[in-house]
Amino acid sequence: MDIKEVEATARLAKIELNEKDKERIADDLQRMIDYVKQLQQIDTDGVEPTSHVVALQNVLREDVPAESLPRESFLPQAPDASDEGFVIPSVIE
Amino acid sequence: MEFETVIGLEVHCELATRTKIFCSCLNEFGGEPNTHCCPVCLGMPGALPVMNRAAVEMAVKAGLALNCQIAKFSKFDRKNYFYPDLPKSYQTSQYEYPICLKGHVDLDVNGEPRRIGITRIHLEEDAGKLVHGEYGGTMLDLNRGGVPLIEIVTEPDLRSAEEARVFLEKLKADLSYIEVSDCKMEQGSLRCDVNVSVRPVGQKEFGTRCELKNINSFKAVVRAIEYERDRQIDLIEDGEEIKQETRRWDDVKGVSLVMRSKEDAMDYRYFPCPDLVPIVLSDEDIERAKREMPELPDVKKARYVRELALPEYDAGVITGDKSLAAFFDRCVALFPNAKMISNWIMGDVLKKAKEYENGFDDMKLDAGAFTDMLKALDAGKISAGGAKTVLDELLTGTGKSVGQIIEEKKLAQISDTGAILKIVTEVLDANPQSVAELKAGKDKVMAFLMGQVMRASKGKANPQTVNELIRAEIKNR
Ligand SMILES: [Zn+2]
Repeated sequence: MDIKEVEATARLAKIELNEKDKERIADDLQRMIDYVKQLQQIDTDGVEPTSHVVALQNVLREDVPAESLPRESFLPQAPDASDEGFVIPSVIE
Repeated sequence: MEFETVIGLEVHCELATRTKIFCSCLNEFGGEPNTHCCPVCLGMPGALPVMNRAAVEMAVKAGLALNCQIAKFSKFDRKNYFYPDLPKSYQTSQYEYPICLKGHVDLDVNGEPRRIGITRIHLEEDAGKLVHGEYGGTMLDLNRGGVPLIEIVTEPDLRSAEEARVFLEKLKADLSYIEVSDCKMEQGSLRCDVNVSVRPVGQKEFGTRCELKNINSFKAVVRAIEYERDRQIDLIEDGEEIKQETRRWDDVKGVSLVMRSKEDAMDYRYFPCPDLVPIVLSDEDIERAKREMPELPDVKKARYVRELALPEYDAGVITGDKSLAAFFDRCVALFPNAKMISNWIMGDVLKKAKEYENGFDDMKLDAGAFTDMLKALDAGKISAGGAKTVLDELLTGTGKSVGQIIEEKKLAQISDTGAILKIVTEVLDANPQSVAELKAGKDKVMAFLMGQVMRASKGKANPQTVNELIRAEIKNR
């Protein structure tokens, strides 16, 4: 894990890091990766990839409407909101 | 140098379920902002999604309509990116194991058959809607967040803007037929991203492609592709290189602008969604879905041509619109003259439909009244002109019967032979010169005599009866 990879990861996670943190995190992440890497020693030839840890399939619900939340109950929890919606800074792409 | 355009589409289509994909909130266009929201679609911590059975069934139907293989095993993944319309900061989608694979759509592009490959169809959730310019900033409405979508990805098989348009029209017809989506591009229930590249004719390798986003109508698809094709050809001819990038189409200005280059391409870090378990379909499930499929437009079209002897073109137009085809079917059940019904639909009905915002659907034309009008015309009770007047009146929505309209507007033709014969005799008596000419074989005079009779009857005599009576009467003179 070099500084470049830490910076790319931080950018994807929208986290700002200072130079000192970058060094420390590169080191931390490298040790985590090494630890998990031990799994690669196991021979998995012929083992089907796990798609889910619980052995369930087709957990489906019928297409029947149920009550939604009143917007007064959740809008005030946002940092900024009007009576009708969440107010966010203008997005320009 | 001659260039060939290579186009692939990614079409997002909102499914017409009653509820959202992972929660029981209403899936409904419009509605007061943020009134169809719950902990699941707001992305509250700890809320758990549960897959909507109807969305699975609709995706399977869409796959069958597009000749896809239906996956017996499919599952969900998280596509991670930050955008304000995505409350969880990931979109639940299908990455490695989509629900449908490898299909195709057969097109008729100006009489030439073309087969367009479908790479895959996967299920995913829609994002919320950003409403700009209000409250001094941007307002987020999450009613659309969690609405079920299918994304249909085509192979790069399309070769022109026109072909892309025909493909989308066909897709819209097929998906609305099977009631999987209403595919209204202007309401955003059908959206499409377009990949465009160009290459010299004969070259095997694809050129560098650009992806176009923000295309909101069929017309815009055509304009955006043509603009992009010309832009790329200009660059090549100027000796410049085409950069792989994502571009935003501005339909008002008719140009596309760079959104992001390949270097800033998104890294979505897909990983399996631990909150949803796989969907496993048995052969039996798939067979049942096949049995439940309604007749698709192509099959219907072939049947109209084969069984009802409609011209290909007419059959294509009528089956191209589900409600129009349903209307046609109702009419044929009431009045077996399919050709006459189709002629009227192709002519007056569709011409008038253009005056309505949503075309034929808005006309609210009743098949019973419409066929009553055709029956009256067929029986000679009204003239073709009279029939048009009846149609106009039916469309005003007063609910009057065809019989009432004919009476009130005095449209009844005189088909009574006795009454017409009286007028014919009078006209022939008054024009001995013309009678002589007609007897001598000058058929041109016929039009004059017919006109005289029609005028004397104030236009109400059945022209065919008039014609027959004049010819019969001449023989007696
Ligand atoms: Zn919800």
